[in-house]
Amino acid sequence: MNLLGNLSWNAIPFDQPIVMGASGGMILAVLSILAWITVNGHWPYLWREWITSVDHKRIGVMYIVLALIMLLRGFADAIMMRSQQAIAAGGAEGYLPPEHFDQVFSAHGTIMIFFMAMPFVIGLMNFVVPLQLGVRDMAFPTLNSVALWLTASGILLINVSLVVGEFAKTGWVAYPPLSELKFSPGVGVDYYLWALQISGIGTLLTGINFVTTILKTRAPGMGYMRMPVFCWTALASNLLMVAAFPVLTATFAMLLLDRYLGFHFFSVDGQGNPMMYVNLFWVWGHPEVYILILPAFGVFSEVISTFSGKPLFGYRSMVAATMVICVLSFIVWLHHFFTMGASADVNGFFGVMTMIIAVPTGVKVFNWLFTMYGGRVRFTVPVLWSIGFMVTFVIGGMTGVLMAVPPADFQLHNSLFLIAHFHNVIIGGVVFGVMAGFNFWFPKAFGFTLDERWGKAAFWCWLVGFYVAFMPLYVLGLMGMTRRMQHYDNVGWQPWLVVAAVGAAIILAGVVCQVIQLVASIRAREKLRVAGDPWNGRTLEWSTASPPPAWNFAALPRVPAADAYWSAKQRTQANPSQSTPAREYESIEMPKNSAIGFINAFFAVVTGFALIWHIWWMAAFGALGAFVTLLIFAFRAEDEVEIPVERIAEFERRHQVEVAL
Amino acid sequence: MQYWILIIVLIGVATLGGCTEGVLDPKGPIASAELQILFNSLGIMLAIVIPTILATLGVAYWFRSSNTRAHYLPDFNYSGRLEVLVWSIPVMTVLLVGGVAWVGAHDLDPRKAITSTMKPVSVQVVSLDWKWLFIYPEQGIASVNQLTIPVGTPVSFELTSSGVMNSFFVPQLGGQIYTMAGMATRVQLQADHPGRYPGLSAQFSGDGFANMRFTVDAVPTEAFAQWVNAARSTGPVLDAQAYEELVKPSQAVAPFTYRAVAPRLFTSILSPEIQSDDALCLTDPTSQRAEK
Repeated sequence: MNLLGNLSWNAIPFDQPIVMGASGGMILAVLSILAWITVNGHWPYLWREWITSVDHKRIGVMYIVLALIMLLRGFADAIMMRSQQAIAAGGAEGYLPPEHFDQVFSAHGTIMIFFMAMPFVIGLMNFVVPLQLGVRDMAFPTLNSVALWLTASGILLINVSLVVGEFAKTGWVAYPPLSELKFSPGVGVDYYLWALQISGIGTLLTGINFVTTILKTRAPGMGYMRMPVFCWTALASNLLMVAAFPVLTATFAMLLLDRYLGFHFFSVDGQGNPMMYVNLFWVWGHPEVYILILPAFGVFSEVISTFSGKPLFGYRSMVAATMVICVLSFIVWLHHFFTMGASADVNGFFGVMTMIIAVPTGVKVFNWLFTMYGGRVRFTVPVLWSIGFMVTFVIGGMTGVLMAVPPADFQLHNSLFLIAHFHNVIIGGVVFGVMAGFNFWFPKAFGFTLDERWGKAAFWCWLVGFYVAFMPLYVLGLMGMTRRMQHYDNVGWQPWLVVAAVGAAIILAGVVCQVIQLVASIRAREKLRVAGDPWNGRTLEWSTASPPPAWNFAALPRVPAADAYWSAKQRTQANPSQSTPAREYESIEMPKNSAIGFINAFFAVVTGFALIWHIWWMAAFGALGAFVTLLIFAFRAEDEVEIPVERIAEFERRHQVEVAL
Repeated sequence: MQYWILIIVLIGVATLGGCTEGVLDPKGPIASAELQILFNSLGIMLAIVIPTILATLGVAYWFRSSNTRAHYLPDFNYSGRLEVLVWSIPVMTVLLVGGVAWVGAHDLDPRKAITSTMKPVSVQVVSLDWKWLFIYPEQGIASVNQLTIPVGTPVSFELTSSGVMNSFFVPQLGGQIYTMAGMATRVQLQADHPGRYPGLSAQFSGDGFANMRFTVDAVPTEAFAQWVNAARSTGPVLDAQAYEELVKPSQAVAPFTYRAVAPRLFTSILSPEIQSDDALCLTDPTSQRAEK
């Protein structure tokens, strides 16, 4: 028996300069950061305050840091694809051979969906939802930490695949039979499957945690119809996670059984049926789209309402629309493969259902419009992202409905038109949404605002870059260019692809602006310092200090109406003479830090890596380690620490100016 | 707004360019009908999408905080009438487009025979790694990466795959359909004008995917008969052995033809289970398939 399974020096692609360069750069960056932390002695601080933290705000910030790093990685892949396709016309082969190009687009899709968009959205929800609900933490704070670190494990595995072995060459959907052992004998698909299995468990735990938190722990008086819309969209999104992610896990488990133990779920022989995978994948996949976009809708609702100085127009409509989308998203999956050859009735049904889901989405757009109507719109960075979204998203929605017409889809399916469409909704919807949220809530998280000028520059680069990069793809789709082409003969396509590459470069400028924005803001933080409520906010997160204390609220707020903080400010304004009564504080029990999330994730990485390389003893060791970790955690004696009254009172005294209530 | 103008200009340029070879340049009844549906749906939606975009930008601009002439209505957050309007606009749009989708799905069902006075030509398609095999069962010939069809005659395709999934697509003749191992799909296409049209796989199928292309030669009926006769007189025979050879992965294979094809080869590719010694001379393939 080989002690290292299939792992050998051959796994490291020494002969591929591009891969080795990228890996070398990545390893160097990681090492220099680790060295910097060590030299400056930050480890104890990091371990105490971040790695073992179960504070939902810290966890939210860490999710977003992961997402931003993965945005850079996924974006590097995008640049490679756009430049490859810009030059590989006629007889030219470009600089990426097929076996490398195929990994690049597979990694781009996988990373952007699972390790950029998901952590970003989950990070925002983590930070914001408990604050908006007026509570001190999530329902299961330690579980939250476990989920974060499982996501990080998946991210680590997918990045290891760059250096050791290879990534999947199947596209991010990994359809069998191509992803079966017969056609993909390498470790690429195994990296894909295990990274997503591990992070998928994290996502499911997150879903359970949020659903419980929103349903069971809200501030006194906050009935469902007083919840901020962001919380509603978070609820819908997490309900979808709970319902959809087990489907993905089960589907991948079947594919793993095929690959590891010779089962025949999706193989072409032994009566397997690959189309079952395709169906199941999209039974998860379409709700996934709404898992991402619904919280973004919530961000836009908060941003537009806050910066218009008005309550959200048609709150009940918005809630209804959100929940209708939540339910309908489960009965549209077949529109991802009308070209499978299903009957006209089946295709017609799913086409019509897909369009019906556009109705509540349209309602939302109109409601945002009427929210601005009669408002005093301040064109801050979050508002720019929101208006950019409204314009861009209706175009993306339109092309989506276009492809929901089965005969039109027969022509457009898998073409660059499709690529343009889903980037139109994912960049124009999800990315613009998380960017709006990032700029909106950043001062709450860190106590200083982000630089407006660099923020606006970033927005305009992204917006213009998006249109320049993706409008040509619509045209190319209509010209018959299909996706995932490593090279092509038709030189008539090349000018459009060159324009698209220029668009990607403009987006790159936007990304650079964002990095500068962050650095410049941190440097000028004393000048940008703000109190608890920098935007004249409406919801409870603005009623506490920026950054909020670990316990969020010294006393849990009472919620007499929707837009709780706004209405409280209105009352204070109406009665300025009424002095705030002297507060009496009680000590607060907060959950204790726990290393279980991190240790568990360590064992998850070991197990995943071992399974990918068939190192069975190591897989057993990792699984056992994870189990023992959980066992030790389950027998812990204390799980809470008491925050003494004096500390709370002291914090409140210092922040009295900030805490307006 | 400038983006819309940009899009329209871009599409205009692409169309006027005339050398699009794509969806916008249909050469057969199916592709034309599909393009018509695409434009109809686009038109219906633009009628609502353009005003919405204009209204969004207009409202945001007018109600900017620095505009003293705009009325501030801090409590304007509900209006029953507007709610009805807000729900009914998208509902009506979707009603229209949904109708187009439902009717279109039935009218242009890939399996539906094309009404024609001509007898359809049958072609059996097998996607291989990474090339296309076209079997003409009535003519008893086959070709690789080259599909010759008579103009003005419906062509009835039956498709499957030797392994990995692909999607058979000739943009100028009509919509695509998946090819899946162990399953047969059907699509009906027709070319109305003679010419050479690019065909491709629209479903990623591995390293050789970019080379998985073929040419469709739409020729007049007489020329088609001549081509068949010419093909019958040259080239190898496609029997079980030759197929075993052909199925091995290869890329950018130059088009060639087979002068004869073992009977029921397609059926045996479709159902590998019954591929035994006498696989290529089955007596009753339908009963075998029913068993499966």
